[in-house]
Amino acid sequence: MDIGAQAAVIRQHLIDPEICIRCNTCESTCPIGAITHDERNYVVKAGVCDACMACVPPCPTGAIDNWRTMPRALAYPIEEQLLWDTLPPEQDQGAAAASTEVEAATETPPALAAAVSGEVPFVASSWSSTLPPWSAAHAYTNLYGAKSPAVATVAGNYRVTGAGTASDTHHIVLDFSALPFPVLEGQSIGILTPGTDPDGRPHHARQYSLASPRNGERPGYNNVSLTVKRVTADYQGNPVRGVCSNYLCDLQVGDTVQVIGPFGASFLMPNHPRSNIVMICTGTGSAPMRAMTEWRRRQRRSDKFQDGRLMLFFGARTKEELPYFGPLMNLPKDFIDVNLAFSRSPSQPKRYVQDLMRKRAVDLAELLRDKDTCIYVCGLKSMEEGVVLALRDVAEQAGPPWETLGAALKREGRLHFETY
Amino acid sequence: MGGIDYSGQIPNNVNLSEDRALQRALQQWQPDFLNWWSDVGPEGSSRYEVYLRTAVSVDPQGWAHFGHVRMPDYRWGIFLQPAEAGRAIGFGEHKGEPAWQELPGEHRANLRRIIVTQGDTEPASVEQQRHLGLTAPSLYDLRNLFQVNVEEGRHLWAMVYLLHRYFGRDGREEAEALLERRSGDADNPRILGAFNEKTPDWLSFFLFTYFTDRDGKFQLCALAESGFDPLARTTRFMLTEEAHHMFVGESGVARVIQRTCEVMNRLKTDDPTALRAAGVIDLPTLQRHLNFHFSVTIDLFGADQSSNAATFYSAGLKGRYEEGKRGDDHVLRGAAYKTLDIQEGQLIEKEVPMLNALNEVLRDDYIRDSMGGVQRWNKVIEKAGLAFRLTVPHKAFNRRIGTLAGVKVAPDGRVLSEEAWNEQVHQWLPTADDRAFVASLMGRVVEPGRFAHWIAPPASGINRQPVNFEYVRFG
Repeated sequence: MDIGAQAAVIRQHLIDPEICIRCNTCESTCPIGAITHDERNYVVKAGVCDACMACVPPCPTGAIDNWRTMPRALAYPIEEQLLWDTLPPEQDQGAAAASTEVEAATETPPALAAAVSGEVPFVASSWSSTLPPWSAAHAYTNLYGAKSPAVATVAGNYRVTGAGTASDTHHIVLDFSALPFPVLEGQSIGILTPGTDPDGRPHHARQYSLASPRNGERPGYNNVSLTVKRVTADYQGNPVRGVCSNYLCDLQVGDTVQVIGPFGASFLMPNHPRSNIVMICTGTGSAPMRAMTEWRRRQRRSDKFQDGRLMLFFGARTKEELPYFGPLMNLPKDFIDVNLAFSRSPSQPKRYVQDLMRKRAVDLAELLRDKDTCIYVCGLKSMEEGVVLALRDVAEQAGPPWETLGAALKREGRLHFETY
Repeated sequence: MGGIDYSGQIPNNVNLSEDRALQRALQQWQPDFLNWWSDVGPEGSSRYEVYLRTAVSVDPQGWAHFGHVRMPDYRWGIFLQPAEAGRAIGFGEHKGEPAWQELPGEHRANLRRIIVTQGDTEPASVEQQRHLGLTAPSLYDLRNLFQVNVEEGRHLWAMVYLLHRYFGRDGREEAEALLERRSGDADNPRILGAFNEKTPDWLSFFLFTYFTDRDGKFQLCALAESGFDPLARTTRFMLTEEAHHMFVGESGVARVIQRTCEVMNRLKTDDPTALRAAGVIDLPTLQRHLNFHFSVTIDLFGADQSSNAATFYSAGLKGRYEEGKRGDDHVLRGAAYKTLDIQEGQLIEKEVPMLNALNEVLRDDYIRDSMGGVQRWNKVIEKAGLAFRLTVPHKAFNRRIGTLAGVKVAPDGRVLSEEAWNEQVHQWLPTADDRAFVASLMGRVVEPGRFAHWIAPPASGINRQPVNFEYVRFG
C-alpha cells in the first residue's frame, strides 16, 4: 500500500448549534484559540483545533462533543459553520452507524469502534488510547497559557538532516532557567510566534512534541529540545512558508521564545521493569521516540529495565532526511532493535514502516502478545491506517483477532497515536 | 467535629493545607455550612446518591469528575483561575497599575459590600429551590437540580474564602451572616428582591436558571474584570460552573416547549383550555411566566443611575461585561449613555454620564444576551411548524427599581394608566390560576428514563450517559 497516495482525512471538531447555549466556556478554555463566535454560533477552526479535548469536559451541554470524519480539503470552514442552525448529517454512513456504540462509551474522544473488516469503514485513530499506561509518571499539563506564556531561551539550534537534502530539520534546545516547566517524554509544548497574521490577529500556537527526556536535553538541566522541520509546502505540495517552523529554524542562540503547555496526558511511556516499547514513526514524528529512547538509555545503568525491550520502526524518504540518523546508529543493538524504511532511496524499492513491521512479524508478534508492551505511533496522519493494518496482520498471524487485542491495547493505555 | 483533611475534603488551589489562619476560620464556618445545608438545603435528600460533577482542580483534566456522591459529602472546593503574571487593572482611575494582590485599604468597605451581595445570592437560590426535588419530572432533572444546588454551595464557599482570607474579623462575621439570612424571611431576608421570590415549580426553576442565573453570569463577568485580583480570579472560575445552570434553564424550557408543540400538533389546536386538559403548559402561560422572570431579573442590575456603580468602576472594583473587548478609553469621564425616562406620560431616551449609568449598561448587555436564547426557543416552535412566537417584554415592563419603578408599561412599551394596567395585567403576568395549573402538573417521576408528561426528554444524557441512566439512587 502506498501511504502517500491516501487521502488526508481528519476528524473535524464541530459544535452542535441546536444544543449549544453560547456560554463561551469552550472559547475561554481552548489553549490555542481554535474556537470563535459571532452573535449566532460558536464554531471551531478545523486548521487550528488539535483535538486536545480541553474544551470537552467543561462544556455544560455536550454540544462541544461532535466530530465528523472529513477529507481535509472538504473540512467545513467557519464561515459556513456560523450560518448553521443544525449540524450537517454525517456523510459517512458507516461512521454514523457506529455512533450508537460511541454514546455508551465513556472515553473522552468520540472514537469509532469500527470493525476492521466488514462494511464499516476503518478509522485507524479510533484504536488510540486516551489513558496512559498504568506505570506512567504523572504529567503536569497546561501550566502556562497564551495569556501568561513561559519564556525560554534558545540554547542551541542544529540542523539534523543531511546538507543538500530538501528536508531541513532542526534540533532546537530551549532553556527555562529557574522557571518550573516539568515535562515527560511524549508530551508537547506550544510555541507562540511573534507578530500577527494578515488579518492582524496574533498567530495561533503551534504544538511540537518534545524530543528530550524528563530530566532535560542535558541531564540535570531545565531544558527541552524540539525536532522542527522547516515547512516550505502544504499537504498538497503547494509552496507555503510555515510561520512557526521558519521562525523556530531561524532562531539564534540567546533568542527568547514564548512557550505554552505542557500538553498531553496519555501518550506517556511505561515506567515499570520489563516494560517493552514499540515505536513507529516517520520524519519529525521521531521526536517523542528520541525522548523515550534517551530516557531508557539514561536509566540503563541502573539495570531497572534490563528485561524491557525497545523496538523502533522509523521511516523517511532517504537516509539523509532521517533526523538523528548518526546517533541512532551508535546505539547498542542489545538496547534497541532499529528498523529503518526509506521510501525514496535511489535504486531501492519504496519501503514504508508497515512493510518493515510485516517483515519483522515474528519478533513483533511476540512483543504484541506481551501485556507489558506499549506501542507508540507518531508522524503524518496518513501513516495511521497502514500501521494499524500491519499491526492487525501481525497480531492475527499467531494470536487473537485484532478486535480483541486492539480493544485491550486501547483499554489498557498501551496503543497511542500522535499524528498530524 | 474533628479536624478537616484539607487537601482531600476541600479540593483547592489556595494552599489551604499551609494557611493556618484560613484553616481556623473554615473550621468554625464549615460545620455551620453543613448545618445550614441540612436545615434549608435540598429537602429530604441527604441519603441520595447523586451523579454529580465535582471540580478537583482548575486544569481541563480536573474540571469534571463524575460519580455518585451523597450531597452532604460533596467536596466543595476553593478554586481561583490561575494567576496571570503581571496582570494590570484594565479600567477606572487606576487603569494600567498592577492588579491588587492584597486588599486595598481605601476600597475595603466597597469590596466587602460587593462580595457579600454576590455571596448572598448563592445560598438564597438553594433555599428557593429546596422543595423542588419532591416534584422532579425525572431522575435526569432531579440530578440537574442537585448539581445546580451544590455548585451554588461552592460559589458560596468561593465568596466566603475571600471574606475569610482578606477581611479578618468582619469578614468572618459576614460569612456567618450569609448562613443566617433566609430567602423570603420577613425578619431576615436575603439582600436582593428576586432572591426572596418563591421558586414554586419546575417551570419557574427553568426560567429562574435561564434568566436569573444569567444575571449571575453578567455580574460575575463584571467582577472578573476587578482590579482586586483574587476576586477576579475567583469569579472567572465560577463562570464555568454558571454555564451549567444556564444550560439547565435553556434546555428545560426548550423541552417544555417541545412537548407542548407536539401536543398542539397532535390535537391540532392552540386553545389553552384544550391544551391544559391534555396536561401540557400552553404557550401563552409560558409567555406570562417568561415576562415575570425577565422583569424581576433585570431589576437585579440596580437603579439605572447609580453613583455607587460609578464609584465601583472608577475605583477599579467592578468593570463592564467584556471590558477588554471594548474600544473606548476604559475611564469613561465625559462619556454618555442613553437611559429611559418618563416625561409627560411618555417613555423618552435621555443621555446621562455613562459612569452613572453603568448598571444600565450591564442590564442592556444582559438583555441582548437573553434574547438570543428566546430566539432559540422560537426555533423549536418554528420547527414544529407553528406560528406562535415568544417575545422578551419591554425593558420598562413591570419594574420595581430605578426611574421606571411603578410606571405602568405594557410588554410592547406602551405607557398605561393604572386602570388600563389592572384590566390587562392578567394577560401579561402569571395569574393565581396559571400558577395553580402549573402546580397541578408537578408530580414526582423517579423511574429511570421516564419523564413527566408535560416535558420532553433531553436529546442526550449527562457526561455521555444514556438518558435512562440512574442519575439519582435513593438511599
